[in-house]
Amino acid sequence: MQSFELIRPRGIDGILSDWHPGDAFIAGGTDLLQLMKNDVVAPERLTDLDNSDLHAISLVDGSLHLGALATMAEVAAHVDVKREWPVISQALLLSASPQVRNMGTVGGNLLQRTRCGYFRDVGFDCNKRRPGSGCPALRGDNRELAIFGGSSHCIATHPSDLPVALMALDAQLDLAAPGSGTRRLPLAQFYRLPGDTPHIETALRPGEMITNVVVPPGPHARNSLYVKVRDRTSFAFALVSAAVGLAVSDGVIRDARIALGGVGAMPWRLPHVEAALRGQRADTSVFETAAARAGDGAISAGLNKFKIELTRRTVLRALRTVAA
Amino acid sequence: MIVGQSIERLDGRLKVTGRARYAAEFKPPNMAHAVLVQSTVAAGTVAGIDTTAAKAMPGVLQIMTSANAEKLNLKGASVLQPLLQGNEIFHNGQHVAIVIATTLQQAQAAAARVRVRYNPAEAVTMMEAALNQASVPRNFSNGRAEPDSRTGDPDAAMTSAAVRVEATYTTPIEHHNPMEPHATIASWDGDRLTVWTATQGISGAQLTLASLFGVPKENVTVICPFVGGGFGCKGTNWPPATLTAMAAREVNRPVKLEVTRQQMFTSNGYRARTIQKLKLAANKDGKLLAIQHDGLAQTSMPEVGEFAEAVGLASRMLYACPNIGTSHRVVAINQGLPTYMRAPGEASGMFALESAMDELAVRLAIDPLKLRLANYANADATSGKPFSSKGLRECYEKGAAAFGWQRRTQAPGSMRDGRVLIGVGMATATYPTNRSPASAQIRMMPDGTAVVRSGTQDIGTGTYTTMAQIAADVLGLPLERVRVELGDSRLPPAPGSGGSMTTASVLPAVQSAAIQLRDKLFVLALARPPAAWGTAAKSDLRLENGVVQGPGAQVSFIDLVTREAVSFVEAAADVNPDAASKDHSSHAFGAQFAEVRVDPDLRTVKVSRWVGAFDCGRVISPKTARSQLIGGIVFGIGMALMEETRVDAETGRTVNANIADYLVPVNADVPEIETIFVEAPDLVTTGLGVKGIGELPMVGVAAAIANAVWHATGVRIRDLPIRLDKLLV
Ligand SMILES: Cc1cc2nc3c(=O)[nH]c(=O)nc-3n(C[C@H](O)[C@H](O)[C@H](O)COP(=O)(O)OP(=O)(O)OC[C@H]3O[C@@H](n4cnc5c(N)ncnc54)[C@H](O)[C@@H]3O)c2cc1C
Ligand code: SF4
Repeated sequence: MQSFELIRPRGIDGILSDWHPGDAFIAGGTDLLQLMKNDVVAPERLTDLDNSDLHAISLVDGSLHLGALATMAEVAAHVDVKREWPVISQALLLSASPQVRNMGTVGGNLLQRTRCGYFRDVGFDCNKRRPGSGCPALRGDNRELAIFGGSSHCIATHPSDLPVALMALDAQLDLAAPGSGTRRLPLAQFYRLPGDTPHIETALRPGEMITNVVVPPGPHARNSLYVKVRDRTSFAFALVSAAVGLAVSDGVIRDARIALGGVGAMPWRLPHVEAALRGQRADTSVFETAAARAGDGAISAGLNKFKIELTRRTVLRALRTVAA
Repeated sequence: MIVGQSIERLDGRLKVTGRARYAAEFKPPNMAHAVLVQSTVAAGTVAGIDTTAAKAMPGVLQIMTSANAEKLNLKGASVLQPLLQGNEIFHNGQHVAIVIATTLQQAQAAAARVRVRYNPAEAVTMMEAALNQASVPRNFSNGRAEPDSRTGDPDAAMTSAAVRVEATYTTPIEHHNPMEPHATIASWDGDRLTVWTATQGISGAQLTLASLFGVPKENVTVICPFVGGGFGCKGTNWPPATLTAMAAREVNRPVKLEVTRQQMFTSNGYRARTIQKLKLAANKDGKLLAIQHDGLAQTSMPEVGEFAEAVGLASRMLYACPNIGTSHRVVAINQGLPTYMRAPGEASGMFALESAMDELAVRLAIDPLKLRLANYANADATSGKPFSSKGLRECYEKGAAAFGWQRRTQAPGSMRDGRVLIGVGMATATYPTNRSPASAQIRMMPDGTAVVRSGTQDIGTGTYTTMAQIAADVLGLPLERVRVELGDSRLPPAPGSGGSMTTASVLPAVQSAAIQLRDKLFVLALARPPAAWGTAAKSDLRLENGVVQGPGAQVSFIDLVTREAVSFVEAAADVNPDAASKDHSSHAFGAQFAEVRVDPDLRTVKVSRWVGAFDCGRVISPKTARSQLIGGIVFGIGMALMEETRVDAETGRTVNANIADYLVPVNADVPEIETIFVEAPDLVTTGLGVKGIGELPMVGVAAAIANAVWHATGVRIRDLPIRLDKLLV
């Protein structure tokens, strides 16, 4: 770890006016400090976001507003979240450990860096960490890496669970940048696929921060669920996870949302599977037909091949469970 | 009797209140901090190390590389290269420099600025790529066994047998990952060295350091009152401890070096990857006719050392079988030196043997437990020696009854709970009973407390507690009046805490010293007896509750010591293993019974029930013993289902060198564990009847789970760990 300065400005304006290149925001620090200790990143200055007044969880016109500094534990336990957007609460409760959830924040979780082992160890080459140095994971140990959205430059996955749920629910982000005010961006447009620039991961501009996450309500949100498949029962990242929401009335699927975690370069929506469900009867054979297509378009790098079949089975499990 | 009672461990309160001091927590004045720099290539040479930028950083005192490090005396050292003695690189993660600074943070910052240039060479990073280079180990089992064995004619028996099973089993590299990483503080005073270090063997560390630095053994003091887990990775004096002492000498002040979690994957050994070929032959009734067990294990390049994983030893003795062959070969590759890891040899070897036995049972359509009983051995099949004690039959019986084994239905997939697949499996456990010479000393103090002293270690297994128990019983003292001193090389010497032999080695020494001290107290009491004793002799006296009790009167220990006007009354004992033990085959045994639940679609495996019955000889402290059993089974669950160090083939560098990505079980992975003690005292090895207990309980766990997974799914997994991708077929 390299030495750094820590500043603790007040309010969003204070934070943004103080920002200059080379700074990094720190929220819970549960990911950033690991990366700093391993010399993966070495910011000269940390801007602590704790005095930003962005901790609130509230309902505005029926939509859920999550302050970027709300902790994972607070959001998971919130009664409105549990009732109207259960997939969010479940995704968080299946994330990390109680200790990490007490520290980790909504904003920090959306921006967690990949768990690709090559990225996190400076003893390896890695295009994401050192552009142009190569991607050893492509021909190396890629068991946990992406089958959707990767490129010949990087097949890292986005490792977080919360954004998978948010992606399924069409969440939007409020972003604030120095000098240019705030903007609202759909989460679907927030993450960038690696292409030939895997070091660029989001649409964030220099100095721009996440202030708020907005999640619309709906019957599909109320009837939603998160399934996470992993190598141990708790405290592990997803091999495959699925966030599903189904709006069903009179036995007919009116709306369907499916997003996957653990398999994509970003949280991965499955529009074709959703389309195969919409307007159909909510029964097993429909689920089976739709889930069978969940692996369409997947590309295996070798050791991660099993994820294609596991994706189909996870989606099927999620659909059957949420409809039960 | 305090021995045999379930008492609280004596170090428990110190540990949970943070007052137990571990190696890294000592604070000699003026201490500097060191950080290791490690290679990023697996083979070749260091072309140059640019330390200019790093040296200019705040607080940096010195940067040592092979260019300026002192030359050590390497004669007899078991780990050679990573001591900055040369430019050659033998594995990725080899130590190539050490940065010393005033604070830890300064040393870390500077270490990241050290630039190492390499002339890389072709590396062989995977054992599979060098199988044709397999060779006979130069030093097998520390000379206690031969690498190959053959009784009868296994090949001939194999060809004529009615039923045969032949399969290859593989086990991955695993790392010990104790909670406490390696840490050493070294301090020189002239040519006298003191080290506080996390070690399973203070005597070994003392000898090695003295030899490397060319000073008399007496000049080196090794201190280690507590160890936060070792599991074998603290058994040898690994390079970081030596490098710390080099650094301290170089900057002429005390230096502390804590190995990082990532560096724990390249600094202190690991369980070697193995490829094992098992052949079993039996007649139609399941009587074994032949066993052939051929093991290949990876090791490091010879310049670094050699370690041979002894996978086949249990196959030589476990079952009654007229024709048994075993062989061991090592494959040297560009990886660090492997070492002992909890139940070395048996943990990997018995996965193969006990999986193969299950496969044989399937082939014969015999209940797997009945197959074991049909081949129950009353003597060691290879050496022909009788067992010093064996309670395995009772382990099978009691374990099976507690587990409800008879409810098992034979066909795979035949037991379900709704859609969830249930499987049950069993396996045998065994581990040799080891014992080494040990010494102990006991002092009766003027305040009536006894101080028990031995240069052993408590690696978390309860040595403090069991030493106190034995002494308290012989001396007739309540436990709170016995104090134990260990973990200091100035104490009477004892063996390293490995091979499950601490109790069997140290307790007889404590007991013997206590008996002699009792005798001394009798003599002192009789020298000035109370009037009521009359002509009483030793045989009329006994020790109880801090007094010498004779007919009608007593003398307290306090009076005895104070009236002699000495600081203490002392007795000491050096004890050696009994000669009779050479004529016996000495082992602990057990039977493992597992139930797993497999998700029919997602193929996740969850261990849902466990019963383990163990013949671990006489149990001194049931509570700490049960902790060992539970811990061993949990360790085995990790081995079965998740532990694997994953190496990038191209660079030979570990991809998951952290405990977020190297998975071990969490509580949610572990079911209620029922343990049963079957006490078959081994009175041949020690008069106390104890056997080892630290490693036994993890043996057979992986096989029991693999067998249960087969029973649930019909899929036979011969390659650990059993992860869901292997079951998705
Ligand atoms: C062992 C372990 C297991 C874990 N398992 C899981 C898991 O299963 N699932 C899962 O989802 N997560 C898991 N996590 C990750 C954990 O959830 C994240 O570390 C956490 O969510 C990060 O939040 P933070 O507030 O601590 O972020 P920080 O570490 O403070 O920040 C992370 C990044 O986000 C940036 N940042 C933070 N807030 C903002 C903001 N408001 N605007 C702009 N930039 C910002 C920081 O600059 C930094 O780059 C695990 C972590 C550990 C250590
Ligand atoms: S997959 Fe991406 S993050 Fe991983 S090594 Fe390749 S470039 Fe780096």
